[in-house]
Amino acid sequence: MAVVFVRPKIPKLAPDPWAIQFDGEGRLKHLLTIEGLGPDWITRILDTAESFLSVTGREVKKVPLLRGRTVVNLFFESSTRTRTTFELAAKRLSADVLNLNISTSAATKGESLLDTLRNIEAMQADMFVVRHAASGAAHFIARHVAPHVSVLNAGDGRHAHPTQALLDVFTIRKMKGDFTPLRVAIVGDILHSRVARSQIHALNTLNTGEVRVIAPRTLLPAQVEKLGVRVFHDMREGLRDVDVIIMLRLQRERMEGALLPSEDEFFCLYGLTPEKLAWAKPDAIVMHPGPANRGVEIDSEVADGPQSVILQQVSNGIAVRMAVMSLCMGGREE
Amino acid sequence: MSNAMNKAYFAQGQDMDHLRPPEGCRPGVDCESWIIRGARVLDPASGLDTITDVFIDKAGIVGVGQAPAGFATDNVLDAAGLWLIPGVIDSWARLREPGQEHKATVESEARAATASGITTVCVPPDTDPVIDTPAVVRLIKRRAQLAGGARVMSIGALTQDLAGKRLAEMVDLKEAGCVAVTNILRPVESLAIMRRALEYAATFGILVIVQPQDPSLAHKGCAHEGAVASRLGLPGIPVAAETAAMAQVLALVEETGARVHFANLSSASAVRLLERAIDDGLPVTGGVSAHQLFLSEMDTDAFDPNTHVIPPLRTLRDRDALREGVASGAISVIHSDHQPHEGDAKAAPFPEAEPGISTLETLLPLTLRLVEDGVLPLHDALQRVTSGPAQLLGLKAGGIAAGLRADLCLFDPEAAWTLDADSMLSRGRNTPFHGWDFNGQVTHSWVAGRLVFRRAGQP
Amino acid sequence: MQNHDVEALIQRMVDGLRQRIDAGELRDPLMVGIHTGGVWVAERLHAALDLSEPLGKLNIAFYRDDFTHIGLHPQVSPSNLPFDVEGRDVILVDDVLQTGRTIRAAMNELFDFGRPAHVVLAVLCDRPGRELPIQADVIGERITLEAHEQIVLHGPEPLRITIEQKASEE
Repeated sequence: MAVVFVRPKIPKLAPDPWAIQFDGEGRLKHLLTIEGLGPDWITRILDTAESFLSVTGREVKKVPLLRGRTVVNLFFESSTRTRTTFELAAKRLSADVLNLNISTSAATKGESLLDTLRNIEAMQADMFVVRHAASGAAHFIARHVAPHVSVLNAGDGRHAHPTQALLDVFTIRKMKGDFTPLRVAIVGDILHSRVARSQIHALNTLNTGEVRVIAPRTLLPAQVEKLGVRVFHDMREGLRDVDVIIMLRLQRERMEGALLPSEDEFFCLYGLTPEKLAWAKPDAIVMHPGPANRGVEIDSEVADGPQSVILQQVSNGIAVRMAVMSLCMGGREE
Repeated sequence: MSNAMNKAYFAQGQDMDHLRPPEGCRPGVDCESWIIRGARVLDPASGLDTITDVFIDKAGIVGVGQAPAGFATDNVLDAAGLWLIPGVIDSWARLREPGQEHKATVESEARAATASGITTVCVPPDTDPVIDTPAVVRLIKRRAQLAGGARVMSIGALTQDLAGKRLAEMVDLKEAGCVAVTNILRPVESLAIMRRALEYAATFGILVIVQPQDPSLAHKGCAHEGAVASRLGLPGIPVAAETAAMAQVLALVEETGARVHFANLSSASAVRLLERAIDDGLPVTGGVSAHQLFLSEMDTDAFDPNTHVIPPLRTLRDRDALREGVASGAISVIHSDHQPHEGDAKAAPFPEAEPGISTLETLLPLTLRLVEDGVLPLHDALQRVTSGPAQLLGLKAGGIAAGLRADLCLFDPEAAWTLDADSMLSRGRNTPFHGWDFNGQVTHSWVAGRLVFRRAGQP
Repeated sequence: MQNHDVEALIQRMVDGLRQRIDAGELRDPLMVGIHTGGVWVAERLHAALDLSEPLGKLNIAFYRDDFTHIGLHPQVSPSNLPFDVEGRDVILVDDVLQTGRTIRAAMNELFDFGRPAHVVLAVLCDRPGRELPIQADVIGERITLEAHEQIVLHGPEPLRITIEQKASEE
């Protein structure tokens, strides 16, 4: 069935603020956001990740690409899961890894972000993997690091989580192939989600047939349709003819700030149960960036069921991160 | 406008005798006399626009076109080809002293002001200590006199310590020299208290300046709640934060008849509210920051911390509506909202950078750029930064006529220059206008008849 | 001008390898081709020698020593060794041996899969220009070329060699 939806034109913000991601020769240097990458680069990253998948399937899961390089995990927001996958990816490339968990309380003790950066640079890092609570933090760090250092955004505030989006489209590509006829629905707290923003950019860049968001108005950012999505408030309407369902995590704190009355009502309206899953196409796949709140946004039966690809997302995540790290750190020695 | 009207509109409000030079002023020693020859004299208050001579003596203008009998002086300035305009009155600019001297001082900013044609600066009360006692007013005045640059007027606190609970001693503050009172962006505890504050101020004819923003709607926001902030993941401040707060105060103005000036407006909806209120005959006026007339949310797309301001830069439609408001005169005042910051304050990711930009040096250039952009005629533009604020705050300045204080500046309309953040005179280099080209630059400034600024290379 | 009859070169390689197998030097050997040209050659050799295990293929992209200068090369198929290398005799096959760096990378990768008992190198063309102490055990033909010339193997069907001018450095 032909897809009729016409994606609204995304206004271009000039001059290109994301050119900083590339060096003078057009090679990828930082990965801060999906914006500004273009379909060619996304495809290149996905193809590279494909080769790394075969490495992770071997007995000796290492390749020597980044031997002698140091990757520093700079996590201002703690997250064991994400940090571990980046660490694993770096180690599989034979890089040395340093983990620095800088809690925000240390930062409020007076050391500015800039001071922290200067101190760490003395440790001769080649790459910073950064997670921070402020939108734009990765961009800020990229503007202030020494010229040879690459910055990889592991999540900045509500703005972007590019490696998550890349592993998500990688998973979709493996399961579904061509993006042009697909309908993808992202469900839940879009307002606070950096994952959702990056996914929307990635899907639109790859010419996905239709990208939908399904959420109550309180969980949608202002003028969200300008991001290039079709908005639904009703789950049944929103899931009709959908090929890929991406469930977002709903944090407990959302009940405060009057965004939602209760988890129960949210689950009733938007939680993915087997019954609601049946509203989508019979071969629809279910995704979740994790960690899943069972009984809040997703039912255990669905999360563990045959249509769920949540576990593949995790293993794909390591290959995608290996791809991004190798592409950012290769080919810059004169 | 005739001289009679001049006197009439200066009749209300502040007497600035305390800023006159002391008795026994010795000409040529304590005060200066000047003849400024052949400039194009532009006085928006009277509509004067002619090439003529202006005569200054003992802190005042003693003649326009014709010297007073027996007047002579060695200070003769040939100003052919230059414009002579009233010194700009910046009605909303922070000088950071007392309390935040690491950002800037009265001395550094008063000098930056006169180099940019600003001869009077009005500082909001959020210094440390807060301007809620005459002692702080006098401290600031003293610093300004020592600095010898622009004149500095204080805007006093509406409530004690700006805490929004108890009224400040407004009459004391007025008598010490405050031109108005305000609670800036700090919340007043309840509408009932706000009403009483307005009533008390109205009793004594004290202007209340309100910067409308509801704290709960603006909660933690750092950008305009719209498409750009949604894309960048920045917490937003909706237009309703401004209009809801404004509507509440307008209701209280209707109730109390208090005179209120809404400063630092940012949205088209606020302009509409203002226009309707003025049409309804409420004693309200509006002001806008010069940067809000040029920048919009589109300028924040690269997370430039120098575009982090409160109120935020909104959409292009809001910017255009603000321009229309300035053109029609509904918005009668353009101010700078000058907020100089030390480097560290802005060296952080966008949401964590301190809001505010350093804007003294772009107030006049941007105001004149409006004329180049065809927004409003030259006289009107000048009026918004000279006689407009003078009339609002009851200052005997902002005009060029015999009998007025000699706060003037000479302007070379042909001088093209580029703003370079690194060579700004203000201690705050936090400007998003770095690299902007401007036509026209101030060459000389007089405050109370003394030449306080002369650009290098000028006679 | 040498006549590069690929079929004849392949036959020479098959003969050389069969000699070693018959002499007991290589017992039930595994064969591994290096992408892309080495795999084409190896497919011919593998069929001709009728080896017991399927052909292994190595993509040495992740083991090259020029990563810091050039970055990741465009990807071809990933490596696939459908057997256990541990303790086995291995025939490593490539199309052209010049500097020796490709073989060095291939051996490093091979050893990440396991520890072979014995590795012999079989190449279609051997040209001077070694930068590492690496030599082939079985050679199709030795070729001498100018520095600006390079050997290109076309395939997979038919296999054909041409001599081409090197693209100038960017």
